[in-house]
Amino acid sequence: MDELLQTTINGLASGSIYALGAVGLSLVYAILKLVNFAHGDFMTLGGYAAFVVNVTWGLPLVVSVLGALVVVAALGLLTEAAIWRPMRERGAGVMQLLLLSLGFSFVLRNLILFAWGGETRTLRVDNTSSYDLGIVRISLLQVIVIVVSAVAMVAVALLLRRTYVGKSMRALSDSFALAEVSGINTRRVVTYTWILGGGLAGLAGFLATIFTVLTPQTGWVLLLGIFAAIILGGIGDPFGALVGGLTLGLVQEWSTMVFAPTYKEAVGFAILILALLFRPNGLLGHATRTG
Amino acid sequence: MSEEPSPVLRADGLVGGYVEGVDILNGCSLDANEGEIVVVIGPNGAGKSTLIKAMFGLITPREGRVLFRGTDITGMPPHRITRLGMSYVPQVENIFPSLTIQENLEMGASQGRAELAPRMERMFEMFPILLERRRHRADGLSGGERQMLAVARALMAEPSVLLLDEPSAGLAPRAVAEVFQTVQRVNANGVTIVMIEQNARDALAIADRGFVLESGQNRFTGPGRDLLNDPKVAELYLGGATT
Repeated sequence: MDELLQTTINGLASGSIYALGAVGLSLVYAILKLVNFAHGDFMTLGGYAAFVVNVTWGLPLVVSVLGALVVVAALGLLTEAAIWRPMRERGAGVMQLLLLSLGFSFVLRNLILFAWGGETRTLRVDNTSSYDLGIVRISLLQVIVIVVSAVAMVAVALLLRRTYVGKSMRALSDSFALAEVSGINTRRVVTYTWILGGGLAGLAGFLATIFTVLTPQTGWVLLLGIFAAIILGGIGDPFGALVGGLTLGLVQEWSTMVFAPTYKEAVGFAILILALLFRPNGLLGHATRTG
Repeated sequence: MSEEPSPVLRADGLVGGYVEGVDILNGCSLDANEGEIVVVIGPNGAGKSTLIKAMFGLITPREGRVLFRGTDITGMPPHRITRLGMSYVPQVENIFPSLTIQENLEMGASQGRAELAPRMERMFEMFPILLERRRHRADGLSGGERQMLAVARALMAEPSVLLLDEPSAGLAPRAVAEVFQTVQRVNANGVTIVMIEQNARDALAIADRGFVLESGQNRFTGPGRDLLNDPKVAELYLGGATT
């Protein structure tokens, strides 16, 4: 029982990072039909932005979060203007955009390596404190990761459900063409999508950095799990991505009670295969009436 | 009635298509006067949908122009045309399936969000079925209900002209009748209607004027009744002689 609670806490923490990454990636895919393989490296850049603010400049950790958010959102807007929009206007399809993003992910990763080198970095954060709650221990870092993610997720959910911008994002994801003829200013919605998707990637990168360590590979390594989370939850559904990310983190940690921890990744993907077999539309998958 | 009314919407000699070198429209024209129901009929491939898309800025014609209340709107982006007072209901993909009915309506009022509540109120009055199900996902609606939502969404922009692309396509006969009644009700509220239809007989019966298109050109034009009773039109486009 103790072990179950302990692995649940660990799983919630690692699952939160998958979830944050997955929601951002899922939003961009849903609205722009871009499978952004550079999303993991967007996260890495967020980690380095936080590193620069927190370590190089010596500013507080809270300020470094903002640094991560702003830098990655700006990168999203920049790539939209320089790469994705021009390519869409030339009629690039899902596959071309996917390959382009894969190429861009290598470029970005190597630029990061070039700028900061390959050594592992850490932020100035207390990574030894933990709280003994009687039956389980929870580290300060786990608390930060879980609480920050939860707040971000609630904020995103409220944005998508309650605000005009959020609703129009969902409208674009349903049908870009109809959004356009309905009188929605689609270009503006796309801009907000990059700010939100980039900001979430930056935040996920920051949390991944304080939770583990930062190298130029940090985000790229997480990307596979993030894709798994998205597929698990139902492709293109940000709420599904959230559920998928948390599920993946939890199942991986729970599996360590039975299998050696080195099999965590394999277990994650076994779950993915099972989910695809039995719930091919995702855990939150929605059957659609066609008649 | 002595004065010739000036059309609110007018397409003049449109030539063009989706790709270069393949013209679907070959100089076709259309005009709609304030308060009219104008119906466009013709065989498959005649360019009906292309004509409506060209009038709504989704295709920029190579030649010819589109005037809305005297303003040249040829190739203007759709969200700006919406702001001028014209809305469009596509034939397919005309609702946002994962949004609720209320959210669908809200998206239609993107250009007038200050008046969202009263406009939505009016739509619910006009389509009570939408009120009942306003918090449900739109993809739970039946075919006929979807068309009502699609029309209501377009009306949320408070257009003076509504373009409809085959609103009765794929519907059960009872729903078809409902759609045509809806069109007449909308028109009775002062909205000019330009509608493409395959159910040519039923559509011409409620039309003030009809346009028969073939190969991207105007073939016949006249009051709806006249076209219905014209033996040539009947034989060629209405599937047999008139009764």
